[in-house]
Amino acid sequence: MEALLQQVVAGLATGGIYASIALALVMIYQSTHQINFAQGEMGMFATYIAWALIHWGMPYWPAFFLTVVIAFLGGAFLQRTVLRPLENASHLANIVVFVGLMITFNSLAGLLFTYTIKTFPSPFPNRLIFDGLLSFHQLGAIVVTGTVLLLLFAFFKYTPVGLAIRAGAQNPLSARLVGIRVSHMLALGWGLAAAIGAIAGMMVAPIVFLEPNMMSGILLYGFAGALIGGIDNPWGAVAGGFIIGVLENLLGAYVIGTELKLTATLMIIIAVLLFKPAGLFGQRIVKRV
Amino acid sequence: MPASSSQALPGSRRRTLLIGATAVVLVLLPVLLTQYQTFQATMILLYAIALLGLNMLVGYNGQISIGHGAFFAIGAYVTAILVSSFGIPYWATIPIAGLVCLVIGILFGIPALRLEGHYLALATFGLALALPQILKLHVFEAWTKGVVGIFVRKPKAPFGLPLTADQWLYYFTLFFLALAFLFAANLLRGRIGQAMIAIRDQPAAAASMGVNVSYYKTMTFGLSALYTGVAGALSAVVVQFVAPDSFSLHLSISFLLAIVIGGLGTMWGALFGAVFMVVVPNLASEISTAAPWAIYGVAVIIFMYVMPTGLVGLVRKIWNGFSRTPAAGGAA
Repeated sequence: MEALLQQVVAGLATGGIYASIALALVMIYQSTHQINFAQGEMGMFATYIAWALIHWGMPYWPAFFLTVVIAFLGGAFLQRTVLRPLENASHLANIVVFVGLMITFNSLAGLLFTYTIKTFPSPFPNRLIFDGLLSFHQLGAIVVTGTVLLLLFAFFKYTPVGLAIRAGAQNPLSARLVGIRVSHMLALGWGLAAAIGAIAGMMVAPIVFLEPNMMSGILLYGFAGALIGGIDNPWGAVAGGFIIGVLENLLGAYVIGTELKLTATLMIIIAVLLFKPAGLFGQRIVKRV
Repeated sequence: MPASSSQALPGSRRRTLLIGATAVVLVLLPVLLTQYQTFQATMILLYAIALLGLNMLVGYNGQISIGHGAFFAIGAYVTAILVSSFGIPYWATIPIAGLVCLVIGILFGIPALRLEGHYLALATFGLALALPQILKLHVFEAWTKGVVGIFVRKPKAPFGLPLTADQWLYYFTLFFLALAFLFAANLLRGRIGQAMIAIRDQPAAAASMGVNVSYYKTMTFGLSALYTGVAGALSAVVVQFVAPDSFSLHLSISFLLAIVIGGLGTMWGALFGAVFMVVVPNLASEISTAAPWAIYGVAVIIFMYVMPTGLVGLVRKIWNGFSRTPAAGGAA
């Protein structure tokens, strides 16, 4: 029983990270109807920036916040320069450019920081708490992702800019007619998604170690989370991320072993797409032809 | 506006000449090449087979796969296992590998046909990530040899042909490429090809015209898996070694990007893409380990904006630029 509880709690800790990635994917999906395959590598690259800042002697928390700001600006800049011309292009063009960005970030990280594995510091003390149920870092990761999610909720719900972003995503044409600069809102959304990705990267790096390929598996878990929750529902995505985290840990510990974790995730993705494409909390999409 | 299509030769005759010339060059090439260059040329030919298949799927049928490296891996493993564990001659394993991939491709394609655009990309992305794990599984270790991989003996030229082993493998691969090319060209020109293109451009209209959309989508997926599987099977013989980590996500991604860079929806795009896949990483890896990927990434983004028709489009533009100059005087 103790062991089961431990697995569940550990699953919630990693689930929080998957939830952030899933949320970042949903934010971009909602406003552009595209799945950002570069999301993981963007977070990975931001984590390297944080590593460099800390390496140069900056204390952890200033480096953390500076990285979030840099990631936000970088994401918005990327939308303005690379993705804006593709706003009305085909799925194929978008996916190819996303994949192009993914490997560009990957190789850029390798070029600048080499492929050797680096340890990334955790801001939390290195000890176990609650009778060894979980580590301080795991608790910290849950608190940090929880705070980010609450802040985002407040931002979208209670600020005029948040409302404008939602309007631009829901109905670009009408939003434009009431004076919202929809294209700017897209850039803002990309900035936010990049910032969330950066936080997820910095939270996961102490666990998996920092290297250019650290996010490829995590991206798949994030996808699965977003799909389970419903790709057009932010709350669903968060819930989906936690579900995947717990499921991954329980399946890994009791059913299939660690060898097949990615395969199990693939099966989950295919099953959701086949039997419940709208996810648990998403809307059914009815398309007019 | 000058008619850019006005050429000295009618299109079909020019095309026959071009194909004939390419065929002659490909047949004579090994005479001029060193042993290592022959190996690389063979890799270009077998990648071209895979890209022909992927191009049918992506370029002609409009489905997106980021996971065809998985079928390449399955084809390679089928051949390696049949040769090393069952003693079947290598040439007989290649059609078997193709058929295995056709079946797996159709099975994967049945759920995939319900997925549009980015969802299919997502599912195939997962496939590419998961397959190396499956290959490492303990359950299959008796055949796959786990992380160690399988060695395949290099075959010698049969019938006492005066060829080195590398030259023989080059012609062996060229034979399959020619077969693949002829089959694809005939298929795409006919009714099935028209249906594939119709589904890509207007799925709803195609369905209302009586095209069985899900049937063609599944079959195209299976066929592209067959092509990629045959290429993978050939690679097992040519490289003489298979291991789970040679078939990472990177391979799948380079297939997709190579066909975009080569030229989507054109037969030549596969060959150009294959040349890009072999030559560019080779040149760039002298700069640094990361450079090939950086070049891939930047090249594909630039191509998407400046020349969406890929290298084929670029070559055509230059060609038309040359051939227009004398004709433009008459047209103006």
